Amino acid sequence: MSLLELDDLSVTYRIASGEVPAVRGVSLKLDSGAALGVAGESGSGKSTLAMALLRLLPRDARVGGRILLDGDDVLAMKWGRLRAVRWAEASIVFQGAQHGLNPVQRIGDQIAEPLFVHGQADPRQARKRVAELLEQVGMPTWRARSYPHELSGGQRQRVMIAMALACSPRLIIADEPTTALDVMVQAQVLTLIKELIAEQSISLVMISHDLSVLADVCDQLAVMYAGRVVENGPSREVFHEAKHPYTRALAAAFPTVGDPVSRLAPKGLGGDPPDPMDLPTGCSFHPRCPVALEECATLDVGLWPAGDRRTAACVHVRAKEEAS
Amino acid sequence: MIETETSSDTVDTAHHTLLEARDLHVEFPSRGRRARAVDGVNLSIGAGEIVALVGESGCGKTTLARTLMGLERPTSGSVVYDGTALDYRSKALKAYRKIVQLVLQDPMGSLNPRHTVYEAVAEGPRIHGLSGEREIVAEALSRAGLRPPERFFLRYPHELSGGQRQRVVIAGALALNPKVLVADEPVASLDASVRGEILALLLKLRADLGLSALVVTHDLGLAWNIADRVAVMYLGRIVESGPVEQVLTAPRHPYTQALLSVLPESPERIVLTGEPPDPTRIPGGCRFHARCQVLASGKAAEAGVDAKCRSELLDILPATAAAQAACHYAELSA
Repeated sequence: MSLLELDDLSVTYRIASGEVPAVRGVSLKLDSGAALGVAGESGSGKSTLAMALLRLLPRDARVGGRILLDGDDVLAMKWGRLRAVRWAEASIVFQGAQHGLNPVQRIGDQIAEPLFVHGQADPRQARKRVAELLEQVGMPTWRARSYPHELSGGQRQRVMIAMALACSPRLIIADEPTTALDVMVQAQVLTLIKELIAEQSISLVMISHDLSVLADVCDQLAVMYAGRVVENGPSREVFHEAKHPYTRALAAAFPTVGDPVSRLAPKGLGGDPPDPMDLPTGCSFHPRCPVALEECATLDVGLWPAGDRRTAACVHVRAKEEAS
Repeated sequence: MIETETSSDTVDTAHHTLLEARDLHVEFPSRGRRARAVDGVNLSIGAGEIVALVGESGCGKTTLARTLMGLERPTSGSVVYDGTALDYRSKALKAYRKIVQLVLQDPMGSLNPRHTVYEAVAEGPRIHGLSGEREIVAEALSRAGLRPPERFFLRYPHELSGGQRQRVVIAGALALNPKVLVADEPVASLDASVRGEILALLLKLRADLGLSALVVTHDLGLAWNIADRVAVMYLGRIVESGPVEQVLTAPRHPYTQALLSVLPESPERIVLTGEPPDPTRIPGGCRFHARCQVLASGKAAEAGVDAKCRSELLDILPATAAAQAACHYAELSA
């Protein structure tokens, strides 16, 4: 059975000037022990999706559809059950490690907090567990007595990961975990995440704008545009042989050093990501699409099968599928 | 025979040198110590050349860029523009800052939210007392790809997308008709699909106006996308430099090799442990030796240079265009 299953998930923010449909009908599945990457740009709805998984959205968000965690609908859970699920079954690592930690509390105490909240430890056991966790994320145990400002950005991100691991969850949601970090530190943190999911058979949902990073860490990749999944499939295949023109453009935006095609030839898309309050008609991508047809302005095709375990939402994919 | 000896020098004259750092040192006081942010750098930027300055945060690349702009004064060494050392008296500096323009990252932070696009772009021409302001602004905006320019005159930054804001910042620089752009992470805060267009704009400005550019970035893919030459900086020094094709496909310095190896899809990763060390405590010997994978693996010892790595300082690399690396181990195969 899938560990996590999203069934037609939608999130709409109600603000003074109207409704903002941030996530518009997303269905995804994640098997136990697998890693799913969700790629997209600002406004694609990827971070809203991450927050929705543990019901961490602000009150003005209206959520529809179902989120099944181990068969249990997160959206229908009673408050007490939800509290038990957070940290203990699924935990989240936020972007921007600067703001995720309390600046006036020692990091050992912060890592231990979820343990106490869930009644999993007395102070002595907690100290032992904190030491264990720090070791797992590659930090010396004496660091438990440090304050966040004494740590570098990479170390703070490690602390955030240690916190997420504290109650031995089965699922970790990581929202841009390496975005603000330097390349070498980013590589260290990604290596750590890969090791942890492999060794402890934790499942991972990783959100990022960087397709190449996701393709590297995750088994499966879902690309979001304007609140929808426009392509989904095994990550390397999606990255290297994208079926959707948006995925192709996103993949080309991160050139491979040494590839003569991209030398002195940066590639991007004209236009800008759409405003969720003013979405284009038909396929949301058509105003920026290099291969748009006339019908794309009115027709929204939805996801079509696009090969083994793959789907893509594009008329060209549908045409190929119908021809075969 | 003598002529073949000078072959490396002829590479230099491919571009007439426009902007140059000569044995540049910039130090700051930091918690009671001296931080050697730029610790001996020679770097030249030729006319019409795009040079990428690559390194991790804290390596001194932004300080170097600011010093080249005349925003910081070097502790020693000099900044030379078109053969003349930079004069730090205010009048001369004002004239210099018309020629060399800074393009900042994060256009949301560098644009005044209460100024219209027109006012933002007209600010420079006003300070320098240029006439024909309206035409200058219109031309700068259309050069930066905001067309028709009149449509953007009265808009405010919050009404624009990230890519458009970055174009306004670039238009502000172009309004003074500069010769050199210094761009600090010009696309770091932009969405992936928009980055390519902004980078293509920098290439177009070079083609149309012959602009030179120093692009400061941590992104090697960006260097591959737009730069002619790349300089890799580590702890205040340039440790490797040369033509992009050469340095990025056949790096010789272990640090450059490690940086390239952690890019997604590279076959074998060299993940350096620790963070870039502190510019207030630059190690003796080769400044990279404490993190160097070639030294740690014993390869340097096999080649008999390990003692040198730990104790012998390396010469500051000259400002040549040819590929070069500051490494005792790499010198053996040179």
